[in-house]
Amino acid sequence: MKNTACSALLCLAISAFVAPVAADDLVVYSARNEQLIKPLFDAYTKETGVKIKFVTDKEGALLQRLKAEGENTPADMLITVDAGNLWEAAREGSLKPVQSKLLAANIPAHLRDPGNQWFGLSVRARTIFFNNQKVKPAELSTYEDLGNPKWKGRLCLRTSKKVYNQSLVAMMIAEHGEARAEQIVKSWGANLSTDPFPDDTKMLEAIAAGQCDVGIANTYYFGRLIEKKPGLALGIFWPNQKGSGVHVNVSGAGITRHAKHEKEAIKLLEWLSSDKAQNLFADVNLEYPVNPAVKTDPIVAAWGQFKQNSINVSKAGELQTTAVKLMDRAGYR
Amino acid sequence: MVGGWRLAAFAIALLIVVPLSVVLSSFLSPEREIWNHLAENVLPGLLANTLRLVLGVGIGVTLLGVTLAWLTAACEFPGRKFFSWALLLPLAVPAYVTAFVFVAWLDFTGPVQTLLRASFGSSAWFPGIRSGGGVVLVMTLALYPYVYLLARNAFLTQGRSALEAAQSLGCNRAEGFFRIALPMARPWIMGGLMLALMETLADFGTMAVFNYDTFTTAIYKTWFGLFSLSGASQLASVLVLLVFVLILLEQLSRSRLRYSQAGRPTQSERIRLAGWRGGLASMFAATVLLVGFVLPVAQLVLWSSSVFAQDFDARYLGFLWHSLSLGAIAAGLIVACALVLAYAQRRHTDPWTRIAVRIATLGYAVPGPVLAVGIIIPLAWLDNQLIHLSKAWFGHNPGLLLQGTLLVMLPAYLTRFLAVGYNPVESAMQRITRNLDEAARTFGVSGLQMLRRVHLPMLRGGLFSAAALVFVDVMKEMPITLMTRPFGWDTLAVRIFEMTSEGEWERAALPAVALVLAGLLPIALLVRHTETHR
Repeated sequence: MKNTACSALLCLAISAFVAPVAADDLVVYSARNEQLIKPLFDAYTKETGVKIKFVTDKEGALLQRLKAEGENTPADMLITVDAGNLWEAAREGSLKPVQSKLLAANIPAHLRDPGNQWFGLSVRARTIFFNNQKVKPAELSTYEDLGNPKWKGRLCLRTSKKVYNQSLVAMMIAEHGEARAEQIVKSWGANLSTDPFPDDTKMLEAIAAGQCDVGIANTYYFGRLIEKKPGLALGIFWPNQKGSGVHVNVSGAGITRHAKHEKEAIKLLEWLSSDKAQNLFADVNLEYPVNPAVKTDPIVAAWGQFKQNSINVSKAGELQTTAVKLMDRAGYR
Repeated sequence: MVGGWRLAAFAIALLIVVPLSVVLSSFLSPEREIWNHLAENVLPGLLANTLRLVLGVGIGVTLLGVTLAWLTAACEFPGRKFFSWALLLPLAVPAYVTAFVFVAWLDFTGPVQTLLRASFGSSAWFPGIRSGGGVVLVMTLALYPYVYLLARNAFLTQGRSALEAAQSLGCNRAEGFFRIALPMARPWIMGGLMLALMETLADFGTMAVFNYDTFTTAIYKTWFGLFSLSGASQLASVLVLLVFVLILLEQLSRSRLRYSQAGRPTQSERIRLAGWRGGLASMFAATVLLVGFVLPVAQLVLWSSSVFAQDFDARYLGFLWHSLSLGAIAAGLIVACALVLAYAQRRHTDPWTRIAVRIATLGYAVPGPVLAVGIIIPLAWLDNQLIHLSKAWFGHNPGLLLQGTLLVMLPAYLTRFLAVGYNPVESAMQRITRNLDEAARTFGVSGLQMLRRVHLPMLRGGLFSAAALVFVDVMKEMPITLMTRPFGWDTLAVRIFEMTSEGEWERAALPAVALVLAGLLPIALLVRHTETHR
């Protein structure tokens, strides 16, 4: 009896596991979370009738999966939450160049791959936040200035292990060169009031609570936090406005080299860059749309306009390993 | 003479050697630059941290697990029956969730320090939770159940005859514990300790919450930051080799010792802890339970209640079912394989079998995502071969067949969690004296029959413990599930990942609570068995 019960359970469970992918379904590997992309894909299915099957995972794992599956991979599109991993995917030969006038028109050149293998779909700015009870905006100027001794014991940073900081430092290396960038990072380290934080939200809360006065974070974490706790003593500041501009990164996508539904995937990509989708893509996470013709979410727009750094974001990937090693040398955990 | 059991054990070991070799094969492309960089800049600090962590957690988990096991197995104090099973509950909560709750409470911005500052001014001091001490505390609270469960099995099955003999020779209670009971429970304690330490070494989630740099965080940084999977695999291989050596040393040190019990263990009376002693015992157990389970879960429930309306939907039943069914099937398969290994080791005492068995249990020491890649590479290769064959024979390309099915997920879980199933079963097997095997053979009972009719009934405690541990571990598992699951098919652990990877910890509380509730099922089953068995 125990045996039959076991085999019945096995059969039942196995049947629950096999979900065949219909031949016309698009398959997407996404590092962007399910709650952010599902509404988008549902809207696409509603509009065009094309079903999309997707799986979420960390970027590194997805890249390895693509490599291991090789030419028989079911994946048509790869979505990530930063440019560095898109660059790496292109470098590994997992993506395929796409020639599309629409994509070139909708997406500014510095936010997509020069080789057309991947395209940014939303912009996230990594900017300076401060405790507005203790610091006046006039005291702030640039990222580099945060290394000034006047900020000693007043700076908070997120861990160097997170890709957003790696991209920030990579762009700094692109702009200033490795030696100067290392100086800057070391000077930041000297000003830290406490150990680096595991995530931006905790860091922003620490700034508001007074554990430190300034820090660098992604704008959407600020947005989410303020939404939950409107009374927090946090202000947003756009640095480097007289210089190269605010550091930005993209969440983007590319078509896989062995995509089985290339035309359909390109159509999806173009749709994602168009006005209808851009708001869905960006607003749900309080990010900036990559398409300059699309209006930003009012909450996000209220934070003000800013000049963004126009160095191509692929530099973030190209210089990522240099940045990580630099941060290790500088003792930035 | 190659016995059938030995072949089976080798087959299982071979299955697991494949992904391990993939990880080890990374040494074929040496990454000198990366090693140089790590050695110069981060390795010394990492190694110091890792050593501190291992010592701290090892000592903490042993002290806590063994004392609690002795109290609930051999003594009588107010609330003993309740604590016997309740002390297992921290198993159901993933360690990084407990970690996040502790940091949220005790960090600068948390309620405790905020209150202190409000009462005593802004210079009020509080020990930093995001430190080595904090990590050791959280890992100890999360992992002591491994040692507790196994040590408790040891104390329950060792009977009183040895202790009573010692007492008749003039040993007092303390001596009896330290000189008889504790040494006789060594394989169990070591088994639980090894599980706790392997999990500590391979852990990333908790280290990420504390931003505490260990060997495993270096592995992640090398893979995701330095874009070098081979560098990461090499680091992971070093870790695995170290663990292998440790385990071998421990086994060698007790290779001549025997832990079996002749005859049925007599359940003689418990040591009554009266008055203040009993009260102290109760308070001790209650504090551990409170801090390790009740308070964190209460916080999770509080957080999830605020997002319940927005996040809870009919899909949660699906997530729950997926987690439970996956856990149950994996537990069944893994415990069966563990039994084969344990039995093979019992019947064939040659070093080859012993090494094969030890290799088979190494998967637990490899950090999750690295093992996941080590598994999908050969399985994807196999899948691709099947497609070649299909194109050659039928002229039809069926697409990847294995991907997203149980045929990938189960071997993956087997590779990872065999140790968790094996240690309890092997320890329980040690209890059965070989005289019994020989006696059974004189009755003409041998091989599979002997296993089924003689050993299995005596192994029930170990088997149920193994099944419960594997069940809960598989439900909590994340990196392998993420990489091998079918499209649109999530477990509760995957839901936790979706929230925490974007820093939405309060939203992650909802699937975390569901996971804890789901984990109560295997623990309840385990408890039901132990109670009826006694």
